[in-house]
Amino acid sequence: MMKVMKGIHSADAKLTMAHMYVAFFALLIGATAGLMQTLVRSGKVTLPAGIGYYQILTLHGVVLGLVLTTFFILGFLVATQSKTAGKYSSGERKWAWAGFWMMTAGVVTTATFILLNEASVLYTFYAPLKAHPGFYIGLALVIIGSWFVGFVIFHRHARWRKENRGERTPLLSYMAVITMLMWQIATLGVAATVLLQFLPWSLGFTETIDVLVSRTLFWYFGHPLVYFWLLPAYMAWYAIIPKIVGGKIFSDSLARLSFILLLLFSIPVGFHHQLTEPGIDPFWKYLQVVLTFLVVIPSLMTAFSLFATFEARGRELGAKGLFGWLKKMPWKDVRFLAPFIGMVWFIPGGAGGIINASNQMNQVVHNTIWVTGHFHLTAATSVILTFFGIAYWLIPSMTGRKLTAKMNKWGIIQTIVWSVGMAIMSGAMHWQGLLGGPRRSAYSEYAGNADTASWGAYQIAQAIGGSILFIGMIIMLVIFVNLAFFAPKGKEEFPIAVVGETSGTTPKVLENWKLWIGVTVALILFAYTIPFIDIIQNAPPGSKGFRLW
Amino acid sequence: MNMHKYEKIWLLFGTATLLIFLIVVGISAFYMGNQPPSCAVTLNPEKVHATAPFDDPGLKKIGDNEYQLTVVASAFNYDVGTDDKIVQIPKGATVHFNATTTDVVHGFELAGTNVNMMLEPGYISTYTNTFNKAGKHTLLCNEYCGTGHHLMSATIEVVE
Ligand code: HEM
Ligand SMILES: [Cu+2]
Ligand SMILES: [Cu+2]
Repeated sequence: MMKVMKGIHSADAKLTMAHMYVAFFALLIGATAGLMQTLVRSGKVTLPAGIGYYQILTLHGVVLGLVLTTFFILGFLVATQSKTAGKYSSGERKWAWAGFWMMTAGVVTTATFILLNEASVLYTFYAPLKAHPGFYIGLALVIIGSWFVGFVIFHRHARWRKENRGERTPLLSYMAVITMLMWQIATLGVAATVLLQFLPWSLGFTETIDVLVSRTLFWYFGHPLVYFWLLPAYMAWYAIIPKIVGGKIFSDSLARLSFILLLLFSIPVGFHHQLTEPGIDPFWKYLQVVLTFLVVIPSLMTAFSLFATFEARGRELGAKGLFGWLKKMPWKDVRFLAPFIGMVWFIPGGAGGIINASNQMNQVVHNTIWVTGHFHLTAATSVILTFFGIAYWLIPSMTGRKLTAKMNKWGIIQTIVWSVGMAIMSGAMHWQGLLGGPRRSAYSEYAGNADTASWGAYQIAQAIGGSILFIGMIIMLVIFVNLAFFAPKGKEEFPIAVVGETSGTTPKVLENWKLWIGVTVALILFAYTIPFIDIIQNAPPGSKGFRLW
Repeated sequence: MNMHKYEKIWLLFGTATLLIFLIVVGISAFYMGNQPPSCAVTLNPEKVHATAPFDDPGLKKIGDNEYQLTVVASAFNYDVGTDDKIVQIPKGATVHFNATTTDVVHGFELAGTNVNMMLEPGYISTYTNTFNKAGKHTLLCNEYCGTGHHLMSATIEVVE
C-alpha cells in the first residue's frame, strides 16, 4: 500500500475536508435553486408541487451566501493556519470540531424550516416578516459555531508568536487572523439582532420589534460579510498565486498593511445599504459613504502588488515590454487560470460597487436586479472562481491525492463555462436593473405598461445564462468528487509563496493587535454611536410580526 | 516600510481621484440638495389610516402645476386613491411623493425615474420629482414583502 501524503497534518486535513463537504453540497443545492429562479423569472416555467419562488430564493441566498462561503472559508483558513503556523493541538482541534458541528446543526435546522415553508423571509430576514423561531436558532448556531473555529485560528497564531518570540509571523497566518477578526467583530451585530430581537419576538416573549434597529444591526454585519468573502480570495491572490506562477510575494509589509486597512474600513459603513431608508440622517449616510470609499486605497495597493508580481515573473522568464508578461503566465494551469479570471471579473465588479455606494447614484440602482448582477460578478464569480482555483489543489492536498491532467482540463472548461454563463446572466441583470427591473421578484407583468414589458427579453437571457452556470456547477462537483475520492494517490503541492528580496523589512507596528482592534472599534463607535442613539430616541412604535407567505 | 516609486505615484493618483470624487458627491448632497430620501418623520404603523395625510390617499393639487401624491402601501397593494390604480398628472408637474406602509417593509420604485425609496413601518418616506416627459411609469415594489410581492403595482401617467 502506498503511504498517504497530505499537505498538512492529517487530523487537520480531516477538519478542513469536513467543511469542504458541506460547502460543495451547498453549491449543489444552491445552484439548482438558482437555475429554477432564472427559469421562473423567464415566464416560461412554473414550480411544481406548490414550491414557492420566494422559498427557493430564501434557500439560494442562505445556502450560497451564508453556507457555501462560510464553510469554504473556514475550511481554507483552518488549512492555511495549520500549514503556515503548524498543526493544531488536540485541544484546539476539539474546539474547532465543536464549532463545525454547531454550524452544521445550525444549517440543517435553518434549511429544514425553509423547506417546510416556515421561513420564506429571504436570507436577510427583514423584520417585521416573522419566521419560525427554528430559522433564527439555526442561524445563531451557525454564527456561534463559526466563533469557535475563529478562536482556534487566533489561538494557533498566538501560540506561534509565543513559540517564535520577536519573529515576523507567517503572512497567511496573519491574514487568517485579520479575516476572522473582521468576521467576529461584524457578526456581533447580527448575533445581537437575532438573539436579542428576533428570537424573543418569534418565540412570543416580546410583542413588537424595532424594525430600523434590526436593519441597522443587520447591515453593520452585512457589508463586512462581503469583505469576509473577499479576504480569503485576496489571501490566495497575494500569497499563493505568486508561487503558482513561479514568482515571489511583491511586498510582505504592503500586503499586511492592505489587510489592516480592509479591516478598518469594512465595518463602519453599513449605511451604504440603507441610503434610501427614511429613518437615518443624511449626514451620517454621507459620512459612512466616505468611509466606504476609503477601501479604494487598499484595493489599489492590491491591484498594484498582483500585477507587479506577474510582471516581475514575466521579465524573469524573458518577457519584454509592458504586456510581455501576459505571454509567460501558466494559462494551462487551472490553479492559476481560475483565480486570474476571477481577478479580471473583479474590475467591472469593483466599478459597479463604486456606483452602488455613490450616495445619490444608489437611488438609480437600489434594489433593482442590477444589484444582483453586481454581486454575482464579485461574490459568485471573482470570489467563487478563486475558491474553485483553491479547491483544485487544496482538496487533493487534503486527501493525499493528485490533480491529474484530465481534471486540470475539466477545471479549465469549468472556468470558461462559468465565465460565459455569468457574463450572460449578470450582464442581463445589470442592464435590466438600469431600466428599473426589481430584484427579488418572481415573473410578473405588473400593470401591463410598456416599461415593464420591455424587461422580458432580459429575463430570458438570464435563464440562458443560468442554465450555462448550472452546467458549470455540475462540472465543478464532478471535479470535487474526483479529487476527494477517486484521483490517484500522491502528494499535491500546497503552494505558499515566499517574500521577494526587494520586499524590505516589515514594521513591527503591523502586528500590534491592541492598536488595530482599538482603531477598528473607535471607527465603529465614531460612525455608529450618534446615529444609533438617534434611531432609538426617535423610534416609532414597534411592529408586530407578519407571515405573508 | 519601503514602497516602490511607481506604487507611490499610483497610490497618490488614486487617492487624489478619490478625494475629488468624494468632494463632488458631498457638494452635490449638501450644497445642491441631492440627498437620498431621509424624512425621519414617524407615525404609528397601526394607525396609518387615521393619520393625515394617509387617511385620504391620492393626488392633491397644492400649487401651480405642483402636486402631492399620498400613497399607502400594504401587502400586496398600493393605495393611490383611484380604483383603477392609475394616477394622471400633467406634463411638467412637480410631484411630492408621500408614502408609508401599514405592515411590512415595501419598496417604492417608479420605473424610469429616480423615485426609489424604502417604506418602513412607522416612518414616512418622501421624495420630489418633476415629470418633463409624457408617458406611463409603473410604480412597483422592489423590496420583498411576501408571496404577492411581484403583484404590487400602480401606474403614474404623465399626460400632455
Ligand atoms: C448556478 C449559478 C447561479 C444562478 C443561476 C443564480 C441565480 C440567481 C438569481 C436569478 C437571483 C436573483 C433572484 C431574484 O432577485 O429574484 C440570485 C440571487 C442571489 N444569488 Fe445567485 N445564482 C447563482 C450562483 C450564486 C452563487 C455562487 C452565489 C454566492 C456565492 C449566489 C448568491 C446569491 C445571493 C446572495 C442572492 C440574493 C438573494 C436575495 O436577494 O435574497 N448565487 N441568484
Ligand atoms: Cu456594502
Ligand atoms: Cu414587495
